[in-house]
Amino acid sequence: MSANSNSPASPKSLWLTIYATCVYAFLYLPIAVLAIYSFNGTGVGGFPPKNWTLSWYRILFKDDAIWNTVLNSAIVAAIAVAIAITLGLLAALALDRANFPGKALFRRLVLLPLILPGIITGLSLLMLFVAATMKLSLLTITLGHGTALISVATTEIFAGLQKLDRAQEEASLDLGANHWITFWRVTLPNLKVSMIAAALLVFTLSLDEIAVSFFLIGRSNTLPLEIWSRLRRGITPEINAISTIILLFSIALILVWYRLRTRTSNEAAAVLPSTIQGEQA
Amino acid sequence: MSALLSIRNVVKGFGNRAVLRGITLGIDSGEFLTILGESGSGKTTLLRLIAGFERPDSGEIWMADERIDELAPYNRHVNTVFQSYALFPHLSVFENIAYGLRVQSTPKLEIPKRVEQALAMVKMSDYAQSSPSRLSGGQQQRVALARALVNRPKVLLLDEPLSALDANLRRQMQTELKSLQREVGITFIFVTHDQEEAMALSDRIALLRAGTLEQVASPREIYATPATAYTAQFIGQTNLLKAQIRNGFASSSGMTWQAAASQVAPASLPASDDGPAKSNPQSRTEANSPSNATFSLRPECIHLADTSSNAANNAVRFAARVTNQTFGGATDLLELTLSDGRTLRARIPSRGTIEGPTQFEFSPQDATQVKDSEPN
Amino acid sequence: MYTRAYKSAVAIPPLLWVTIFLLIPYAILFCYSFWQVSPLQIIIHSWSLDNYRELLRNHIYLEVLFRSMRIAGAVTALALLLGYPLAYFLSFRATKRKDLLYQLVIIPLWVSYLVRGYAWKTILGSDGVLNGFLQYLHLTNHPVEFFLYSPFAVILTLTHIYTPFTFLPIYASLEHIPRNLIEASQDLGASPARTFWRVILPLSLPGVLAGATFAFVLTLGDFLAPLLVGGPSGIMISNIVVSLFGAAYNWPLGAAISLCMLILVVTLLFLVERLEKKLSFQ
Repeated sequence: MSANSNSPASPKSLWLTIYATCVYAFLYLPIAVLAIYSFNGTGVGGFPPKNWTLSWYRILFKDDAIWNTVLNSAIVAAIAVAIAITLGLLAALALDRANFPGKALFRRLVLLPLILPGIITGLSLLMLFVAATMKLSLLTITLGHGTALISVATTEIFAGLQKLDRAQEEASLDLGANHWITFWRVTLPNLKVSMIAAALLVFTLSLDEIAVSFFLIGRSNTLPLEIWSRLRRGITPEINAISTIILLFSIALILVWYRLRTRTSNEAAAVLPSTIQGEQA
Repeated sequence: MSALLSIRNVVKGFGNRAVLRGITLGIDSGEFLTILGESGSGKTTLLRLIAGFERPDSGEIWMADERIDELAPYNRHVNTVFQSYALFPHLSVFENIAYGLRVQSTPKLEIPKRVEQALAMVKMSDYAQSSPSRLSGGQQQRVALARALVNRPKVLLLDEPLSALDANLRRQMQTELKSLQREVGITFIFVTHDQEEAMALSDRIALLRAGTLEQVASPREIYATPATAYTAQFIGQTNLLKAQIRNGFASSSGMTWQAAASQVAPASLPASDDGPAKSNPQSRTEANSPSNATFSLRPECIHLADTSSNAANNAVRFAARVTNQTFGGATDLLELTLSDGRTLRARIPSRGTIEGPTQFEFSPQDATQVKDSEPN
Repeated sequence: MYTRAYKSAVAIPPLLWVTIFLLIPYAILFCYSFWQVSPLQIIIHSWSLDNYRELLRNHIYLEVLFRSMRIAGAVTALALLLGYPLAYFLSFRATKRKDLLYQLVIIPLWVSYLVRGYAWKTILGSDGVLNGFLQYLHLTNHPVEFFLYSPFAVILTLTHIYTPFTFLPIYASLEHIPRNLIEASQDLGASPARTFWRVILPLSLPGVLAGATFAFVLTLGDFLAPLLVGGPSGIMISNIVVSLFGAAYNWPLGAAISLCMLILVVTLLFLVERLEKKLSFQ
């Protein structure tokens, strides 16, 4: 794997470049195929795609059932963002500056859904709602998303908090502002960027979430669950069309998130692992 | 005289580590006091206790007739210039300075006037709308000063504010800081590890060592009559002579001089009545029984002896070999080796190379008896 | 410097939320796993170890659990095989456009699981794109059936999904290796290969460990990919749980399996954390 010399032109380095290209191809080919076949007149499958058409998109735009679920998903995601950001901010502040009994357990518990398979979060919440005799609905899904995504918000905001110079807050107190004013005038403005970044990420993840929602679904579907139930009935290029739109939308949000995140940090690489390696945060 | 700020037997530790072990110190109104110490001596902790970011484990801090150690930072008439300046990056220079006025509900109409005065005072009027991140270190320093002073605190705390500046700017800021302090007449408490800076700026220096005050005195006193060996070594360079005292005469490495009991100046006593007074040297020895003592002799107090005449004024004359000579511009630093192998450092006006055994002398008044310091 | 009131204000709301929506649900899961379900499909709140006995007695459960672990192991190995060289390439070889290449890995990381799973379904199916392609090239005359609805399809799909997850921590750990260490190693006479095995790889092990944990744990608990592309032979342990909570209606038994999974995952995370502390020298 290691090259015999550092010059990029050396043969081993060339092999590595080819290998990396293949990995990129593996990552992107399926997505590309999906998008291409959303324009295929003869449906999904077959090769080569022929009879380019926009008719699947036309059908999609007339499909009210889909758009209702899009609205549902947007509402769920928006409230999940509010829950996750509020509690994530508080949790990050608590982890950063408060010491209380059980703090280590609290940290692990908050971050656990980050790595825990969605089925466990989904099922245990289902049991809670059943025990509380709550009817399954978009509300239960929202609570589920909010709970699962506090982990993401916490790690993102915690990372932002590490970059905030504690002396800033001391300066504010020193200049006569109490803790409450300091929070609004100094702490929050300094965390603005990481909070927006966290919100974008939570929104994207909630919009795409399926494993937790799967168990908490009531009568109204979210978009991913609607797609899921349609898949059971068979593949149609209309699903390719909506998937392509989801894809583009997600990519846009992720890129904005990435820009925001790297703007506050000189080291792009250190950014994401703080989310991924949540259990070490 | 009752002090503006009085620190009474303050103790502070973090976990098992004792950081301040009973500090008592009074600071007068309008004074420029420097807390000097090595890193880890507790000087920043002392400052943070005064500012209110930490609470003492025991002891009290009073400002005039008000006990302040239990007040929140925002309820104290104290402002701080932080080591990193801690300017708010999301606010303009103007808004940074206005911050304290706004959060303390100063009348709206008064704010611009006071901010502009403060900006003018630190010669930063042209930068009112700039973002702090666009300013140089020296400019940020001025804004931090203005932001603190605009609130008209009774005491201004400065936590190594010059340490981030390069040497030239640093000297310039020292001068400005000193004249600014005279202008506003506010008490400054300045923390630094740089003894030259402390000497240049201060009315008094409080030398802190491992959580206790070693000596509190004016720069001249502390230099001329250091109370302890540690002080003598920390402030300037010195030679420590281990001597034996008998019948009021000290002898060391074959040199003998009269150790006057009066030579420890009462002026080196700290301002407060108790506390560090115990660190004063116990120089008054019993008349007949010999005892050990340590003397501090500054290198510049050792002179080349004029061998054509006898030693005047009880000057102590001794022979030594010059084993090293370092050219330092106006003066040379010599390393002298005595006949018993001990070495002394001397600073003499620059002249040609000195070779072979040479006669040197010093005046007994310049040998200050100091208290031995316990090793750190 | 923060007051008690401040600390309480920030700590109490998330503590309450986490207690209600994570801790209590886990406790309920725990309780359920000791309860029974009557033939009339009513939950009987009597405590016994019957569910756990059932798990050991009927070896379908252990069999599927082992299959899930094998699949998770395969996905982990493949994701490392793809992710490590990619991370190495980005960290040490890509000079221009490093940022762009990095973003290209990030995007699939966060992009919809369902969309990517669905993409593989359309590719691997018997009328799928891959079969169309093979017939177009006249490599086969009949659609190849075994692409879809097999453990192979599950492994392929999940490898696609979790490769970016393994890439990231590895890349981060490679980026954190001070470059002068590598120069020092070469200066001391080590060949590039030796430098890799003696310096780079050991220092990147914490990242490898974190990435592998992600891929393994998330695959182990996956139930969507088997439903999408797995077919009967690609069934994993979570699918059993899903059916126990659905058609089969035996929540207590499902809860017992879930609890075992939860304990397995938490134990694994605990061990990884211990190991990681040993591996990281900083």
